[in-house]
Amino acid sequence: MLGQALALGLGYNATLVTLGAAGLGFAAGMTGTFLVLRGRALLGDAIGHATLPGIVAAFLVMVALGADGRALPGLMLGAALSAALGVWVMGWVTRRTRLGEDAAIGAVLSVFFGAGVVLLTVVQSLPAGRGAGLETMLLGATASMLRQEAYLILAGAAVASLAALALGRTMLWTAFDPAFAQAAGIPVRRVDRAATALALAVTVIGLKVVGLILIVALLIVPAAAARFWTDRGGHVAALAGLFGALSGYLGAAISATAPALPTGPIVVLVAVAIFALSLVFAPRRGMLSRAARARGAA
Amino acid sequence: MTGAAEFLGFTLVPMLIGTLAAMACAVPGVFLLLRRQALLGDAISHTVLPGIVVAFLLTGRIATLPMLLGAAGAAIVAVLLIQLLVRAGRVEPGTAMGTVFSAMFAAGVLLLERTDTAGVHLDVRHALMGSLESLVWLEAEGWHSLFDPDALSTLPPEFGRMALAALVIGAWAALFWRALAISPFDAGFAAVLGLPVGAIGLGLTLAAALAAVAAFDAVGSILVIAMFVCPPAAARLMTERLGAMLGWSLVFAAASAILGFLLAGYGPLWLGFPSSVSAAGMIATVSGLILGLAALLGPARGA
Repeated sequence: MLGQALALGLGYNATLVTLGAAGLGFAAGMTGTFLVLRGRALLGDAIGHATLPGIVAAFLVMVALGADGRALPGLMLGAALSAALGVWVMGWVTRRTRLGEDAAIGAVLSVFFGAGVVLLTVVQSLPAGRGAGLETMLLGATASMLRQEAYLILAGAAVASLAALALGRTMLWTAFDPAFAQAAGIPVRRVDRAATALALAVTVIGLKVVGLILIVALLIVPAAAARFWTDRGGHVAALAGLFGALSGYLGAAISATAPALPTGPIVVLVAVAIFALSLVFAPRRGMLSRAARARGAA
Repeated sequence: MTGAAEFLGFTLVPMLIGTLAAMACAVPGVFLLLRRQALLGDAISHTVLPGIVVAFLLTGRIATLPMLLGAAGAAIVAVLLIQLLVRAGRVEPGTAMGTVFSAMFAAGVLLLERTDTAGVHLDVRHALMGSLESLVWLEAEGWHSLFDPDALSTLPPEFGRMALAALVIGAWAALFWRALAISPFDAGFAAVLGLPVGAIGLGLTLAAALAAVAAFDAVGSILVIAMFVCPPAAARLMTERLGAMLGWSLVFAAASAILGFLLAGYGPLWLGFPSSVSAAGMIATVSGLILGLAALLGPARGA
């Protein structure tokens, strides 16, 4: 059955989802390279957790308007708005107060998630069953996905991948040498903001696939794995995109054979396996080759 | 049941457990914040879940001691793995942290989902959000129950556990105060004074792990993260002095817990809704509001 899933043979929906997950992983890997190289890896964790109040609020608004509260476009819009608010709060706190980015990330992550949990208990007090399904956004669930949702994710992943490709060169210059980028006329702050926006887009598209708790891993783990193989920025980004796509593809395919399990943890563990292999075996910066070089030098 | 009994059993006891948990986290949080390691609490609390699941798989039952040991073991494994990635793998610290805690959390979730835990109180939801509201004291019959040993012995076990953890952490902070006060600002100076900088850092990590593990069971991991970060961060904006900062942090933690718990329990009723909302979520929200006020008005807020 896994072979069938890997060969995209488990039906039209599962195929769409698997391809969408691969595209999502590609965009996440490219974007994550930039975050990792800029030392902002855990920004993705705050963005992910900050989506929850928006998701639940969007659900409540749609129900109040008489629509289906679980409509994915509405939930994604809510997620994007509250994550954007979270990003703005983080920027404000680090610029206007003496607190560091780590404190800002931790505060936004926990407070937004806490507020989301409060709203979630409000939803649960609504007439039975209407809130069911919202919790799949926490850890991802691709098994029960509707056709339109799969199209939406595939299209979103394609757009995010193209945007990551278009911005890739500028982002890398900025990441590797901010001072030089500034001198060369690259608007560093705008590039930073574009990368944050891209991370936000990846998070929102990935809600149903990876879920908001673990999306940070899809952003940073492929990039961290790619870093072991090469020192050249362009290669790191390309490799990270590839590793991310592979994680999404394999993770979604494995998940299709185990519909009862949440998809996010599976995708993440595939990415972590690639990371672990790279950590040990990568020829340039891997631990084995480093140890061999150290022995050779001694 | 009398009003006093209801207040004691259903409000005061869970509220006190929440307050103790918040204050126990807010102490190591101060030192983590000053060392710019605020997110270590985030990492540790994510790794508690796999620790507890593994302990459950090994012992086959929900028992306090194995679970605490499992969670503490997982926290230590996580810290060691992060160190390994940073030192041997030359991975940037934030990336190392994110990789390790998401890997362990993902493994914990999958282990949990594949294990038959239908009969026991163990699921991802509980791990994230806790169940402060369910830690009630059913034997409370009135104020006199506070002096009745039989009734006191039926207090939820989380109460004693949390009080003990808070006591240990308080004693740790008092005992190592001088070392803790110097080392975050000037590692070199601390080393010159003969203070073991590495051991102090390890002690801080262990204190944070103890707070996270003890509090996690009662209030869930999201509240643990909020209490590690928000009260200390708000306190940082109030004062320049370490002692005062610790004091503010404890005050803010207790205020968040008490206000948050009461708002979660009674707030919806005042607004005309029939049921209460998540206490852990509301406490985290209140701590964020306090931090917001401190960021706007705190006397030492300037960058």
